[in-house]
Amino acid sequence: MRASAIKGLMFGMFEQVVIAMFVIVGAAFACIGLGASWLLSPTNPTEGKGVTFESGVEPIGDPWIRFKPGYFMYAILFVIFDIEVAFIFPWAVALGTLLGWFEVTAMIVFVAIILVGLAYEYKEGVLGWH
Amino acid sequence: MSTETMSTVGMWSTAFVHVSCILAIMIFNGGITIYMLRKVLGHLHLRLGPTELGPAGIAQLIPDILKLLVKEDRHPNRTDYWLYCLAPAMVFMPVLAAYAALPFSETLIAADIHLGLLMTLGFVSLVPLGVFAAGYASRNKYALIGAMRAIGGSISYEIPLILACVVPVMLAGSLNLREIVLAQQASIWFVIPALPSAIIFFICALMETGQVPFDMAESESELISGFSTEYSAMRFGFMYLAEFSGNFVMAAIMVSLFLGGWTLPFVPDAIAAPIAPVIFVAKCYLIIFCFMVVRGTLSRYRVDQFAALGFKKLIPITLIWTLVFAIGFKVFTMWGGGA
Repeated sequence: MRASAIKGLMFGMFEQVVIAMFVIVGAAFACIGLGASWLLSPTNPTEGKGVTFESGVEPIGDPWIRFKPGYFMYAILFVIFDIEVAFIFPWAVALGTLLGWFEVTAMIVFVAIILVGLAYEYKEGVLGWH
Repeated sequence: MSTETMSTVGMWSTAFVHVSCILAIMIFNGGITIYMLRKVLGHLHLRLGPTELGPAGIAQLIPDILKLLVKEDRHPNRTDYWLYCLAPAMVFMPVLAAYAALPFSETLIAADIHLGLLMTLGFVSLVPLGVFAAGYASRNKYALIGAMRAIGGSISYEIPLILACVVPVMLAGSLNLREIVLAQQASIWFVIPALPSAIIFFICALMETGQVPFDMAESESELISGFSTEYSAMRFGFMYLAEFSGNFVMAAIMVSLFLGGWTLPFVPDAIAAPIAPVIFVAKCYLIIFCFMVVRGTLSRYRVDQFAALGFKKLIPITLIWTLVFAIGFKVFTMWGGGA
């Protein structure tokens, strides 16, 4: 059981080729689609068409500004939870066959620590949208 | 299956055939979904949807696609030109690759990867990057707000989405979508023991595909058309082809994880096996139909409510549910299942 579970996590050669092919065909199809559109469509760029779509006049100010920090907080939290998920998946795969109560308890403790952290962030108001 | 004995040329050409079939499915799905969306939303709004061209308006698709091809591809002066041109491909390519591991039947899989579920989710989560590139490169205030919301939504909803997949993985003991379906064939559909996970997955799938009530990246009544405001013609077409394909991929993951994939209960294998891909696709469109009913019924979340829902509610609920389930599962396998 243990040996097959470990072997089951490997990539086959053919699968790698298929994934590579997905990238190649995806890029080729995007080129064909956009190329066909470029060949078939008229090109008549007038002055008005080049204006940014906003209110009809040249917009005031550049949109490339510094963005609100709310997103940054979420991004940091996301990294923490994403790593946690990376730990949970192997644990979940092996839970039915290989793992016992010690591993279940270990995961409960691990998740509890992170949930306490989340509760603290909630209390401090980090999760709000200011 | 005997891929070890294949020659290099044979391997690459077989791969090419697989990928071409997937591409055909993707394009076909785009057409079906557009038509279905118009019809379903139309009937939900007490309208008829398209009726004029062809039987029940189905030929409306042809002028739609032609129009995307032959319209002028305008690009505004202020854009970051290369990123602006690349962004549709950046949205399109990961969605195409996300089809790779979907099990249409026991043998009809483009790439039978042992980590198929993780790989599919990984490709799906690359999409917001392309969306952000589109919004940022447009250099339009509305597009940038839409793009930031897409990223914000993706980082708050991806965690519960992935965590909702943990329970079926636990039950099947595998990350291969085909093996997860086979495990359901051997026991019951995982939607029954894992109903809360299925509901959370459905909510997060709505977010991940950017649909009402979570269509923050587009929110056409606030942000014109969000991240795609500055796009027209075929570039716009690629964005929307990718969006519709995203719906199909999320529906297909949900079908494989919770709704038994290509199998049907109480139907003998002799009847169900030859039409397995049909069953799978039919189930996917049933889920897409549910997405559309939600889309036609609910109104949009406010952006602050939306951001709070993911971290304040969905993540703690999913984590605690997963642990509770793990304990129950362990108890069951020790005493009940006798494994």
